[in-house]
Amino acid sequence: MNWSKYKNIATNGVLKNNPIFRLVLGTCPTLALTGSALNAFGMGLAVTFILTLSNTFISLLRKVIPDEVRIPAYVLIIATLVTIIRMLLEKYIPVLFESFGVYLPLIVVNCIILGRAEGFANKNPIFDSALDGFFTGIGCTLAMGLMGIVREFLGAGSFFGMQLMDFRIEFFTSAAGAFFVYGMFIAIFNAAYKAIENKINKKNFALHLEELSIKENN
Amino acid sequence: MGTFLMIIIMAVFANNFILVQFLGICPFLGLSKSRANAFGMGVAVTLIMTITCLITYPIYMYILVPLKLEYLEIIVFIFVIAALVQMIENIIKRFSPALYKGMGIYLPLITTNCAVLGVAELVIDSAAMANLIGVPQMSLGYSVLYGFFGGVGFTVAIILLSGLREKTDYLDIPKSLKGFPITMVAACIMAMGFYVFNFIG
Repeated sequence: MNWSKYKNIATNGVLKNNPIFRLVLGTCPTLALTGSALNAFGMGLAVTFILTLSNTFISLLRKVIPDEVRIPAYVLIIATLVTIIRMLLEKYIPVLFESFGVYLPLIVVNCIILGRAEGFANKNPIFDSALDGFFTGIGCTLAMGLMGIVREFLGAGSFFGMQLMDFRIEFFTSAAGAFFVYGMFIAIFNAAYKAIENKINKKNFALHLEELSIKENN
Repeated sequence: MGTFLMIIIMAVFANNFILVQFLGICPFLGLSKSRANAFGMGVAVTLIMTITCLITYPIYMYILVPLKLEYLEIIVFIFVIAALVQMIENIIKRFSPALYKGMGIYLPLITTNCAVLGVAELVIDSAAMANLIGVPQMSLGYSVLYGFFGGVGFTVAIILLSGLREKTDYLDIPKSLKGFPITMVAACIMAMGFYVFNFIG
């Protein structure tokens, strides 16, 4: 068991290469569906489900698929998975099916999924790829969910549909508000990430200096 | 004539593909650094969107619906689009090398553009279209018209943003706001401007 490798995959997917805030991929559903927290989480989970399965299948077939036609093959796999999840949602969770609308079939052309297929699944073993898909999806779900909660609270005064406040600033649930909140989130996430990274670097540097001084004393 | 004008205003401004419906955001952010690139991408997307509507609408209405194969639409559409993009790329390469030089690099990117698959999915949904352009019954003519003017709306938005971005690059702003965040704020202000067109008609 190689725990540090798995830990690395997890932190990569959720924090370091967070698809929504760090890489700015899959922006269309992020902007369109974060007006309510429920839709945002639902979309995030749908993406997680498809990403995990598509990474698994693509990794499984990576030695069978010829290199020249790999992109159409990936698109076919992803389109099949999206068709399946669309049927399942229509049957069992019609509320989400209705509110996703055109963005449900558009998961096929979501850059995150094709990006992970091309960047990770086609050169890594099955378990690692599935894990990478899962954690990238979780990073996506958390980012979208957070945006959904903030936008719904400010724009409608509610939390997952529960009315908490009497005020509402409709700007935040409108199209313009989506761009604004997304931009602010990217800025805050990047600033926080940089601050933490600097701290870790400083700590490592201090440790390094200490080691040097010990060596000199000896 | 009235309906025609209404469709144009609704498709280009009031329900702009990028700023109101959030379709095709990736090229909107990725290729808006210079005005020339933005224009090339806009023209390529408009071309593909128009031809996509011309092909996918009959396929869905006259082949998939009679055979009761509606659930295959996603797979069929994405393959039609991929084949179409490849075909157009070859045709342009063969007949107009100059145009290919200008537009060639954008064409492969269009296969995974949300706006193209989005327009194919939207025009087959009569209820959504009644909302978007206000026609009661969709037809092939309307769908092609919508594909074309949707593409024009995409081009307008991406060119406007590229103009703004050439200015925002030199602004004195906090470091963490540079790049994507300030572009998003610029897009936010543009979206507010486009919102006004909702009150026409």
